[in-house]
Amino acid sequence: MMDVGRHPRIKLLAYSEVEEVSGYVGNFRVKVRKKARYVDEEECTACGDCVDVCPVIMPDEYQMGLSSRRAIYIPFPQAVPSSYTINIEECLGVQPIACGKCAEKCDKGCIDFDMKDEIVELEVGTIIVAVGMEVYDPTLLDEYGYTRFENVITTLEFERLVDSGGPLGGRFARPTDGRVPKRIGFIQCVGSRTERRGNSYCSNICCMNTVKDSLLLRDHYPEIDITVFYLDMRAFGKGFEDLYKRSKDAGVRYVRGLPGEVKEDPETRNLLVTVENTTAGRLEEHELDMLVLSVGLEPREDSKTVQQLLSLSRTSDGFFLESHPKLKPVDTPTRGVFLAGCAEGPKDIKESVTQASAAAARAQIILNQDKIPIEAITPMIDLDLCNFCGRCARVCPYGAIVDVDPKRKVSPRVIEAACAGCGTCSAECPVGAITQRHFGDEQFFAQLEAMLGEGPEEKIVVFACHWCSYPGGDMAGVSRLQYPPSARVIRTMCSGRTGERLILRAFALGAPMVLVSGCHFADCHYINANRWTQRRVERLWDRLERAGIRPERLQLEWISAAEGQKFARVMGELEEMRKKVTPEEIEYTKQVLAEKA
Amino acid sequence: MLYRPLGKEVIGLPEGERIGVFVCECGLNIAGSVDCEAVRDYAERLPGVALAVRNRYTCSDPGQEEIKKAIVEHHLNRVVVASCTPRLHEPTFRKCIYDVGLNPYLLEMANIREQCSWVHLHDREAATAKAKDIVKIAVARARLLEPQVEMEVPVTKAALVIGGGVAGIQAALDLADAGHQVYLVEKEPSIGGKMAQLNKTFPTMDCSI
Repeated sequence: MMDVGRHPRIKLLAYSEVEEVSGYVGNFRVKVRKKARYVDEEECTACGDCVDVCPVIMPDEYQMGLSSRRAIYIPFPQAVPSSYTINIEECLGVQPIACGKCAEKCDKGCIDFDMKDEIVELEVGTIIVAVGMEVYDPTLLDEYGYTRFENVITTLEFERLVDSGGPLGGRFARPTDGRVPKRIGFIQCVGSRTERRGNSYCSNICCMNTVKDSLLLRDHYPEIDITVFYLDMRAFGKGFEDLYKRSKDAGVRYVRGLPGEVKEDPETRNLLVTVENTTAGRLEEHELDMLVLSVGLEPREDSKTVQQLLSLSRTSDGFFLESHPKLKPVDTPTRGVFLAGCAEGPKDIKESVTQASAAAARAQIILNQDKIPIEAITPMIDLDLCNFCGRCARVCPYGAIVDVDPKRKVSPRVIEAACAGCGTCSAECPVGAITQRHFGDEQFFAQLEAMLGEGPEEKIVVFACHWCSYPGGDMAGVSRLQYPPSARVIRTMCSGRTGERLILRAFALGAPMVLVSGCHFADCHYINANRWTQRRVERLWDRLERAGIRPERLQLEWISAAEGQKFARVMGELEEMRKKVTPEEIEYTKQVLAEKA
Repeated sequence: MLYRPLGKEVIGLPEGERIGVFVCECGLNIAGSVDCEAVRDYAERLPGVALAVRNRYTCSDPGQEEIKKAIVEHHLNRVVVASCTPRLHEPTFRKCIYDVGLNPYLLEMANIREQCSWVHLHDREAATAKAKDIVKIAVARARLLEPQVEMEVPVTKAALVIGGGVAGIQAALDLADAGHQVYLVEKEPSIGGKMAQLNKTFPTMDCSI
């Protein structure tokens, strides 16, 4: 931590949040809101004189609310930057100045109630997302009496209670009477590995954390009797099994089985735990002075914001999705953005550090080059065909098409460096003047003709975007989900590329069903190009209906890269719909569309 | 993808399409539910196809060597690899064909694993028929592929790390030690994250800060 504060090439923006990200790999522009601390970060010497006079008392988050802090505070003594902060919502001193005692007390005059949030603009080539996780909160479901019995605590509260920098100064004691407990129990998998409460995944760190806690207690309080209630002990890492064995050898009792009920003795405030010991095959009752809930890990609540800022995807558990689970575990679908630590999934410190180094190395592959190639999928405009309508410029999410003016008949111009290659312009062009390189209409037509040349009535045309729906289909495969073999997938970079010409050509060639699929709205990898997809499909539904073609034959679905199950389900549903499309309908559609063409 | 800007072809394009189709068995991942020989045989007779080959693992070194050799010997000017998702090995095969002078955009992949063999495990006949169709569609597209030239963009030599927990700290230090400017953004008043709240850490039982 200290190294970060001192490093000449690290600019630390603490108490700050990323508000806006634009640009692309190698050239991101980022806006960061540096929140007002109301204390001059550079000048503050962390002497603490201000704290003595602050009248506002609040629970201390760092100590898990087990002790208090003032409205002006430093989270913990070793904080970096080493500066106090005023939580302005708690402070009495602003508008009108009612208090201001800290400002009077500070000899260096570091406190400034007029300080404002500052917007810092950065230009960077790569971004590493290391936003971390939350710890599961057992209050919602009152697991094991956590909200009712004071002597039931979580593992993070336990960490603070045993810490010499904790609220008890390192003298471990139970909350109700300040005595060192004689018997302590740990319950594993709280909020993990359960469909009913919390999360279905294993949180990865809790087993070893409890083993560690048991050894900490053994070292300092050998007289405490320790029992661990568990489902399975997972000691899979290097040195883990040794530590687990040490704990067992030190006399820690491991009972296989999670408690069914926890009651409190109102007199002693002790906890009565009923558990089925599945190894011994008997029902046991344990009287304990204190109970620690080994809580799991969860995605951060603000993950959605980060996801939208950077066009990332998340797996069904809510953690960020990597480009490939084995081969690209720190890359994301957005080129130049990498993942490190628990943002990607629950992991311990060693794994977080390993992944962070990996992400830094991957980022350097880009940073060490002066220039990087951009895929040749940008649009080319045929100015002879262009009618200067300007729709291309209107739908471009990047403002990469400029100059076009319908009134003065000025032709459009493409700024290639700003273009990300979604192809929406090409789909939207009413006269077919725009060709997306490598994804031209003619190439899609050739695919459709090959696909629907024989037995078209048996097939379902699926347009899937490169970033979400196509990999969603891949995920179905990786998960070995079985679905009917009628689907034929055509990959576009963005669902915005799936223009009317492509969809109508599919129907004209006899396709019974067509699916257009793309990323969920907030996840579009081309900012909001898929909004145009929706408008276009809605427009087409009207047109099909007017032409006497059932609009249901054109379907629109948003499928993310993680939604293999949804992809397989949709394929099943489409197959059911396909079976209901009659040969007469298909023939009629072909005729109608042939007349129009 | 480390290939350079793609100016001119090393191998002159022969008249007309000469497509090479490489059908991958992927061990039993594809061959387990798709008759790869039948797919190869079908591909060989498609318009524009000059050569169709079946490989055990097309992405392996011998598999890639076979593609390179075939491009030179058979004057191939388009390549279709029928294997896994392009999201996995398109960069691999683009580089492979580029190594012998073919423009990387003259590659097309037919996904007969994730979107065929793995999702139709118990119907070999239907899976094989679908795989043929997928290859046919890929060949049809390949015939119309054109060589492309890639543009290059400059790289800003700085990195942003979002989050100052143990992972963010490590990533920031590594990048800065390697000589890059790093901006580390942390939401809370101090860096340290959840780890700073821990007393001791496993497996070494040492302090966290």
